[in-house]
Amino acid sequence: MGGSTLRNMRPVIVFAVLGLLFMFIAPQVLQLFTIINLTTAIALAVLALSLALVWGFGGILCFGQVAFFGLGAYAYTIGAINFGGSTWAILVAVMVASAFAAILGYFMFFGRVSDVYLGVITLTVTLILFSLIRRTSGPEYKIGNALLGGFNGVTSPPLNLPWDTRAFLFPEQVFYVAMAALILCYVFAGWLVNTHFGRVCVGIRENELRAELLGYDTRLYKLGIFTVGAGIAAVGGVLFCNGVGRITPDVFNLYNAALTIIWVIVGGRGTLIGPIAATFGLFYLTSALGGQSVLNNNLVLGVILIFFVLLVPKGIAPTLVDWVEARRRPKRSARGRRRRNGADRA
Amino acid sequence: MDLVVAVLFQLIYGIANLALISLGLAIIFGMMRVINLAHGEFLMLGGYTVVVATNAGVNIWFAMLILAPLVVGLIGVIVERLLIRWLYGRMVDTLLATWGLSLLLIGLVTSIFGASTGTTVSPPLGTIRIGDYSASGYELFLIGVTLVLFAAVYATLKLTKLGLVARGTMQNAEMSSALGVSTNRIYMITFGLGAAVSGLAGGLLAPMTGVLPTIGATYIAKAFITVISGGASILAGTAAGSVLLGGVNGIFAFLTGPTFGEVALLVAAIILLRLLPTGITGRFFRKSI
Amino acid sequence: MSRKRRGEVVVETRGLSMHFGGVRAVDQVDFTLEDRELRCLIGPNGAGKSTFFKCLTGQLTPSAGDVMIRGLDLTGAEPHEVAAQGVGIKTQVPNVFDGLSVEENIWLSARRWHGGARARVLVSETIERLRLGDIRRAAVGRLAHGQRQWVELGMVVAAEPWLVLLDEPAAGMTHEETARTAELIEEINTTSALIVVEHDMQFIRMISRKVTLFHEGRILMEDTMEAISANRQAREVYLGSQA
Repeated sequence: MGGSTLRNMRPVIVFAVLGLLFMFIAPQVLQLFTIINLTTAIALAVLALSLALVWGFGGILCFGQVAFFGLGAYAYTIGAINFGGSTWAILVAVMVASAFAAILGYFMFFGRVSDVYLGVITLTVTLILFSLIRRTSGPEYKIGNALLGGFNGVTSPPLNLPWDTRAFLFPEQVFYVAMAALILCYVFAGWLVNTHFGRVCVGIRENELRAELLGYDTRLYKLGIFTVGAGIAAVGGVLFCNGVGRITPDVFNLYNAALTIIWVIVGGRGTLIGPIAATFGLFYLTSALGGQSVLNNNLVLGVILIFFVLLVPKGIAPTLVDWVEARRRPKRSARGRRRRNGADRA
Repeated sequence: MDLVVAVLFQLIYGIANLALISLGLAIIFGMMRVINLAHGEFLMLGGYTVVVATNAGVNIWFAMLILAPLVVGLIGVIVERLLIRWLYGRMVDTLLATWGLSLLLIGLVTSIFGASTGTTVSPPLGTIRIGDYSASGYELFLIGVTLVLFAAVYATLKLTKLGLVARGTMQNAEMSSALGVSTNRIYMITFGLGAAVSGLAGGLLAPMTGVLPTIGATYIAKAFITVISGGASILAGTAAGSVLLGGVNGIFAFLTGPTFGEVALLVAAIILLRLLPTGITGRFFRKSI
Repeated sequence: MSRKRRGEVVVETRGLSMHFGGVRAVDQVDFTLEDRELRCLIGPNGAGKSTFFKCLTGQLTPSAGDVMIRGLDLTGAEPHEVAAQGVGIKTQVPNVFDGLSVEENIWLSARRWHGGARARVLVSETIERLRLGDIRRAAVGRLAHGQRQWVELGMVVAAEPWLVLLDEPAAGMTHEETARTAELIEEINTTSALIVVEHDMQFIRMISRKVTLFHEGRILMEDTMEAISANRQAREVYLGSQA
């Protein structure tokens, strides 16, 4: 079924193959320092992908996607410390974030909270997690063997081989894992939006009442995509605390919540690859700006956000697609007319 | 007995504090249906106005009560003219644009004043005794100011021509412009007033909290849930939201310590929204302002 | 789906009322519809017919009274629960998926009740039946008003409902489109019962058997269009204002 919004899987496979090529070539040509940096950017790209799915396709205005990312990172870290290995901790991370999203989503979607309120509530949840975990610096705040550490955060145990808990992965290997995870999540999300479930979600984004009148219980679909999105964000969180080596409450701050939104706005709602690309672009822009003191990161991001909302509201990827289609349209519609006339004759 | 009075005082202060930090947001939301994500930064700017002015030798009362609302109100008017007015009727875009503004203001203040506080001002007025306990005289003053502020906003909305026109415009923009009322100007003034109230609140709280470019974030979570729980009516909603959530916060803070007070407040708000999606005043006191 | 014999009551409301503040938009309405019946609801603006319609579809929760569909109490049910009973609904303002193509719009309806293969067949059948072939890949948001109405009708038809509720299906259509819509309604009526809320008198004359006239939230009379046209009181409340 062709169409402008529900793209078929072909571009997803093309980008996945490009990603695989990058995954194998990058470590050969780039320095280790760059590779470690890239791992963090990849983790953030997984977060961007999760919001691209939830907001761009599900139409759910989630301003607190980073909360699930942070919860995933904390759950992984605490799990890995307690289990003495990382494999089950990854599962725990995904489960904790998804369960949290499911509970929060139940209250919001079944209360039929409107999208603007939804944004504000999810943001508020994130900020309260921030101030809650910042206050957990005392020795009484521990889960199992893991001290929460307040604003200093917790040191995250590195990933290990599933069959050997003492075989920790080297940074280069973590890069491979991160890139593979990003590609897998991307293909999964690309597949999901093309399933019946995904198309219903897009339908709900377009017109919730119509979806209801067709007999779809829209609350369940929204809850579903919200929960799945939280799970993907948690995968990003696991990669992030591995790339950085620790997790602190700062992950839940206003800046990071805004950053997630900006990736999706800049990349474009309704595409998956746009926000991923925007994440890498902005990651290198803010890193480059971090080296000087005149332009503050907040200032630059604020200007970018306002610029896009006012002047490029669709974001880069959809605007590019529109532009390319507008240039191709005259030719294509002429061909279409010929074909239609032919069909009429036959 | 003294303990009860002292605890009650803290509870009332908590409620007044919520009402104070939320009122500017509620005015803009109630009258214009704009959720201002830069609300925290308006409070922050009020705080900086007070710190900068007192450091320059200005009387602290003058800085808090006159300068802070004036400066931030003016900034509000400029923001409305340059940014908000292009986006009326587009709620999500307005939300996003004000978030961009929030980052922009944090960035600007950081560039000018640095990432941490220079000097702060200490709260004026000493302590008052409640039997064996003491309470801050300044907190008592803030409770008083909050009450006066509510009364002033009520009078403005109810008694002045501006309030009447503003309420009419908010309910039906087209009809008002047909009657020859400049909707444009009303929106500008409303946004400016909301910003001024936020600036006043930020200025008044600066001696208690100090100032930081990122301090807005500590206010907005509480302000948002107060306003959303309260619903659309400005004064009744903010008051109802503050009493309910401030009460929950105070009781949990008293029982379990401050860490979980905010969490209880959030959980209460989310459960409340499941039960009353349009807020307390969406269900009760619907005719109130 | 097994078809019950004709004559069975499939929609029934008892004492249905909807109040907004002090306004009684629908007031104590008792209404019945038999299987395979085609019924038009008419009345002047504000007579309550659209509000009544929204109470049937679950878009509004009535203040009092019951809505029974095939003996099932659906008072205050969610729209998706009403639709799940095999009810196809078209609203007054075209409710379509603007960003999706015509084909995708109809597919989302067919696929709700059928597997992938059957849904694809239903989509092509519906597109052919409604003559939407030329615009099957066009984004619905870019179509003209009349075409959007047809896409919505296509969504209703593709679900193969046994009961169809249409709110002003001919609004904003050209004369030719209106005639085709009337044809389609006759066609749907061979297998389904219908309730059609309409304003356009000519259109009603094209399709009507029995008409229910609403006035001030109540049913004023229920008869054929000819009888209603001949009735002086009915002409006063409605037809008189049009002439």
